[in-house]
Amino acid sequence: MESSEVNMSRDSSELDESARGSSSPDLALERVLSLLKSHRDRSSVSLVCKDWYNAERWSRTHVFIGNCYSVSPEIVARRFPKIRSVTLKGKPRFSDFNLVPQNWGADIHPWLVVFAAKYPFLEELRLKRMTISDESLEFLAVSFPNFKALSLLSCDGFSTDGLAIIATHCKNLTELDIQENGIDDKGGSWLSCFPESFTSLEALNFANLTSDINFDALERLVGRCKSMRVLKVNRSISLEQLQRLLVNALQLAELGTGSFSQELTFRQYEELESTLSSSKNIHTLSGLWEAKGLHLPALYPVCTHLTFLSLSYAPLQSGELAKLLAHCPQLRRLWVLDTVEDEGLEAVGSSCPLLEELRVFPADPFDEDIIHGVTEAGFVAVSYGCPRLHYVLYFCRQMTNAAVATIVQNCPDFTHFRLCIMDPGQPDYLTNEPMDEAFGAVVKTCTKLQRLSVSGLLTDLTFEYIGRYAKNLETLSVAFAGSSDWGMQCVLTGCPKLRKLEIRDCPFGNAALLSGLDKYESMRSLWMSACHVTMDGCRQLAREMPRLNVEVMKEDGSDDSEADKVYVYRSIAGPRRDAPPFVLTL
Amino acid sequence: MSLEEAPGSLESDVTSMRFEDTELTLGLPGEGRSPAVIAGVKCSAKRGFVETVDLKLGSCSRAPSGGGDTHVNEAGAGKPPPAKAQVIGWPPVRSSRKKAINESCKYVKVAVDGAPYLRKVNLGVYSNYHDLMKDLENLFTCCIIREYQLISLSLICIHLNRKADREESKVMDAVKGMEYVPTYEDKDGDWMLVGDVPWKMFIESCKRIRLMKSSEAAVLAPKASLKCSGTC
Repeated sequence: MESSEVNMSRDSSELDESARGSSSPDLALERVLSLLKSHRDRSSVSLVCKDWYNAERWSRTHVFIGNCYSVSPEIVARRFPKIRSVTLKGKPRFSDFNLVPQNWGADIHPWLVVFAAKYPFLEELRLKRMTISDESLEFLAVSFPNFKALSLLSCDGFSTDGLAIIATHCKNLTELDIQENGIDDKGGSWLSCFPESFTSLEALNFANLTSDINFDALERLVGRCKSMRVLKVNRSISLEQLQRLLVNALQLAELGTGSFSQELTFRQYEELESTLSSSKNIHTLSGLWEAKGLHLPALYPVCTHLTFLSLSYAPLQSGELAKLLAHCPQLRRLWVLDTVEDEGLEAVGSSCPLLEELRVFPADPFDEDIIHGVTEAGFVAVSYGCPRLHYVLYFCRQMTNAAVATIVQNCPDFTHFRLCIMDPGQPDYLTNEPMDEAFGAVVKTCTKLQRLSVSGLLTDLTFEYIGRYAKNLETLSVAFAGSSDWGMQCVLTGCPKLRKLEIRDCPFGNAALLSGLDKYESMRSLWMSACHVTMDGCRQLAREMPRLNVEVMKEDGSDDSEADKVYVYRSIAGPRRDAPPFVLTL
Repeated sequence: MSLEEAPGSLESDVTSMRFEDTELTLGLPGEGRSPAVIAGVKCSAKRGFVETVDLKLGSCSRAPSGGGDTHVNEAGAGKPPPAKAQVIGWPPVRSSRKKAINESCKYVKVAVDGAPYLRKVNLGVYSNYHDLMKDLENLFTCCIIREYQLISLSLICIHLNRKADREESKVMDAVKGMEYVPTYEDKDGDWMLVGDVPWKMFIESCKRIRLMKSSEAAVLAPKASLKCSGTC
């Protein structure tokens, strides 16, 4: 979701509800503006003049807040009176990798309290990296009678008890999407809490929950929700059970299977195959835990229409993948594990000419004993076969500058290039040189590049290239790279559209940090951890830029002068009032 | 129905692995056997121990000792080798994904004495010893091994299936006249008899499997019979 920030630079205290004009031009303008969906467009519109600002704020129904601490719920509510849908993102992205301590913050509750008062007709809440407790879920369930859609991605703080409350009370629920969360899974009884009279569910995703659920309850639920288009079950659902679910849900567009490795009788296999043949609307397929080559042919009828296939939990071998992909000519997005190896990726190149996105995850990131996975050869093979490729996430153990140069030559339209060479600081394995030229090629060739993650042995030269060429770059992730402050300075002075910069374990210090003074207010945030930044440097930044929140997370036992983890972000809400003791706001 | 797995790499070290791996040593638990497995983080109990390695210096404070000496006490805790330390939050894979993949993906090498190459099986797809042994039997029918060796594998399967709670003794029965003994290397680097521990514990600790010729299993048999004496 590449939406822009809510432009909150105006002092919204001067605009309260009574300032709204009642003349027709405003209403007409509102009507026109209500057709605008994009946040960037809306931000631009709101800057034209005061009338347009007003019209825009009255017609906005969905607000996107990329950093929950950049603004307060009161300010949001004051500016936008008619919100029905909220998207909020909380913790810095590196919290996904355990770099942010527990209880850091991003609690949704204060937001819910304000929303309950100001947006009683709230319908949708989509949270990413926020903390939400069972109490908050209960509050949500009882405060918003029209509530329809709840999506939690990478959140924590709640348990299946909270889901039970949502299921019990939200009579108009259309979407329940629980993904990759730090959830306390106490059991599957929550699913049985949907009342028998409840029929409105259109999207249900509980794929990442581990407990068994009551299958009968699920079967009945799916059977009576005739508008269901998304169903992603968890691993506890067997193939046989899957078939029983599908038979009553042939309208499904997105399917996440459960475990795909049951021993089936011939008749059961035939039934499954037949049901899948009738599921003509499925364009997205995921789950497929433990899928064995044996049962995959049952999917062939579905594969013909598939545009998104996620095999990221199915450790397939190259041959199995090749056979499957031969039936997937329409594929646009593919996620796989590196168990498919380079040979599997060759099959991707030859079978999926329309491919736009590829993600290759490591099956065993820490195992050096079993050396397998994918190499530069696989990536190159895909680039030859899939010229429309523009999004890649690639975990590998070796790479060369030459290979990357070839790849971007074949696929110059990259918007997202995330390459993770898993051994920190590893050079080009053939030439032993740094990987500078690889990323240089990426930024020179891919002029539309918005997001870049670099890895391998990199000197400041990489960052010179990035600063000079990556004119559309918005998000940059850097780890174990660079030689001096100069590298980071190049990026900060060079990339005009930079919004998010996250850096870990790099030799960038105060000089680098302070070179971005002019930049940080136009960015969403900066993260620096395990670099050479000191408390003094951070204090200076805070002094010079009062409208930034400069936060340092101190770790036990570290030197007082070191700034272990630094998180800098613009905010119109002032310093956090809920910061835990280990977060120092300077 | 036989599995359609891609053949494992042609490993010519099937015989060479024999001596070192079955050699009895006095190493403490938590140490790697072979110098190649310097990824001590794998074998040691302190897998979660993290230490950011100063990569510029190219070494960390606890460099492992010389190659041949595998029993030296490496200061106990996890011994991150230079530039391959398990660094916190790296590679950047979400913990929920790591957990889910770990549960479904437990590939181990399987060697059968006399077979020209190794295979790999994913322990995550099985739920009990019987299913595993059955698949192993299928895997190795494609190798050139004599018929009676196949029979002995089947007998092991049947025995394992019959009495779930007395697996130890029936494997012993199987051992007595049979050609092959199923063994595995556990997290501590010790070679164990398959079937001793509950299934879940087995898949957590199994690193590789070897179907050992029972003549070589004489090394294990005395130990096994000692353990068995209480239950047989």
